[in-house]
Amino acid sequence: MPLTISLPSILARLADGNRALDASGATVAEAVADVTRRFPSLAPRLVDEHGEPYPFVTYYLNDEDIRFAGGFGATVRDGDELTIVSAVAGG
Amino acid sequence: MRASLASPPSRSAPKPTLDREELLRYGRHLLLPEVAIDGQRTLKAARVLIVGAGGLGSPAALYLAAAGVGTLGLVDFDIVEITNLQRQLLHGTRDVGRLKLDSARDRLHDTNPNVKLELHATRLTSDNALTIIRDYDLVLDGTDNFATRYLVNDACVLLGKPNVYGSIFRFDGQASVFATADGPCYRCIYPEPPPPGLVPSCAEGGVLGVLPGLVGTLQATEAIKLMLGIGTPLIGRLLLVNALDAQFRSVNVRRNPLCPACGTRELRELVDYEQFCATSGGEAAGLDAVPQIEPRELAIRRASGEAIQLIDVREPHEWEIGRIEGARLIPLHRLGGAIPELDAQAPIAVYCKGGTRSALAVRDLLSAGFRRVWSVSGGILRWSREVDAGVPEY
Repeated sequence: MPLTISLPSILARLADGNRALDASGATVAEAVADVTRRFPSLAPRLVDEHGEPYPFVTYYLNDEDIRFAGGFGATVRDGDELTIVSAVAGG
Repeated sequence: MRASLASPPSRSAPKPTLDREELLRYGRHLLLPEVAIDGQRTLKAARVLIVGAGGLGSPAALYLAAAGVGTLGLVDFDIVEITNLQRQLLHGTRDVGRLKLDSARDRLHDTNPNVKLELHATRLTSDNALTIIRDYDLVLDGTDNFATRYLVNDACVLLGKPNVYGSIFRFDGQASVFATADGPCYRCIYPEPPPPGLVPSCAEGGVLGVLPGLVGTLQATEAIKLMLGIGTPLIGRLLLVNALDAQFRSVNVRRNPLCPACGTRELRELVDYEQFCATSGGEAAGLDAVPQIEPRELAIRRASGEAIQLIDVREPHEWEIGRIEGARLIPLHRLGGAIPELDAQAPIAVYCKGGTRSALAVRDLLSAGFRRVWSVSGGILRWSREVDAGVPEY
């Protein structure tokens, strides 16, 4: 079973409106690369030109911020959930 | 994680008593053992500052006033516009054109005349933030831009005031409690803001009118819990609200030991937040340098027969509201795929609603080798005001 990636609505429209995507990979980086291959418009919103996460987009693997758990190199397992949260400022 | 209101300004005096009218008014609170008379007196003694009397600030202020918070400070400098009324419940149709603080004062006084209102009719800046925030027990962030959010965060960290955070976009909301004694701050989650133009504002991207009602009410709930020291506040958790799927879930956030505000504490004073947000993300989006064309100039040149291609990079549902005659719709996220179809030698004017998306499009076209390309300054809104009033504003 692959892992699930949850997108906020601001990014979902770049993935044909999907708020949840199945993805495969051994690490967070591989899972993110898997979805950006299928939805290239997502790529510049998820990672910078070096393939690293932006400081204004946060990745939570099973509800934990990956910056404190190995970053993009963190190992993922079948059934994991990767939640992507983008900074928004509306009020 | 428990809240910390270590030595709030409101605790320097004995708690005020409740009169007969107040006992009756707050009767449903007094029945709650977690509130009771002592808690209600705590609320009466409390001083809460709400930054922004808009979508989030409206429900938060209404509920905090109704709950009997003794002193409510409001910071806002805006005028009520008709586009606010879809979600900003402090203001009504007859308030259009008034200062938001004036309509807020009237509405909140009607909700609860016992509440003392302190109105700060100013933009919160690095020069006044510490002075304004210092006198309050906690701050509720209802602002609508990244610069003020970082300002509120840093001021709260420096002063040791809890920052009850909320933000919204389209159907998604976020809420948390930052800057408590042991918890993380806004910078721990978002060390830097997105570059200008990357994340649209609600004015560009839209927001469900009910959403700030949900999130602002959550902020008011957290504020009351912090004041009363009850429950489990959203410290160390970021609540994610998804109105479309009716999902509420939280993720765990930690204090970042390298955070310059609450970690290393190298940030010892407030900075220039406009500049911080204008140059973030490594390379500023470069939108300021994008060639612009004034709506009137564009109209004159087209009327004189100049063959300027006009491209609308908004979404199809915005196109349905109104468009400039002769334009071709290519939504921004589809522009890359359409570039080979465009004539790189012909002049191109690109417009959107307000000028941000068109600037991004022009930047991309310039990178693709186009030379005679402009962003229509102020977008279709300015076109409507200055060239063709038959095109509706929205």
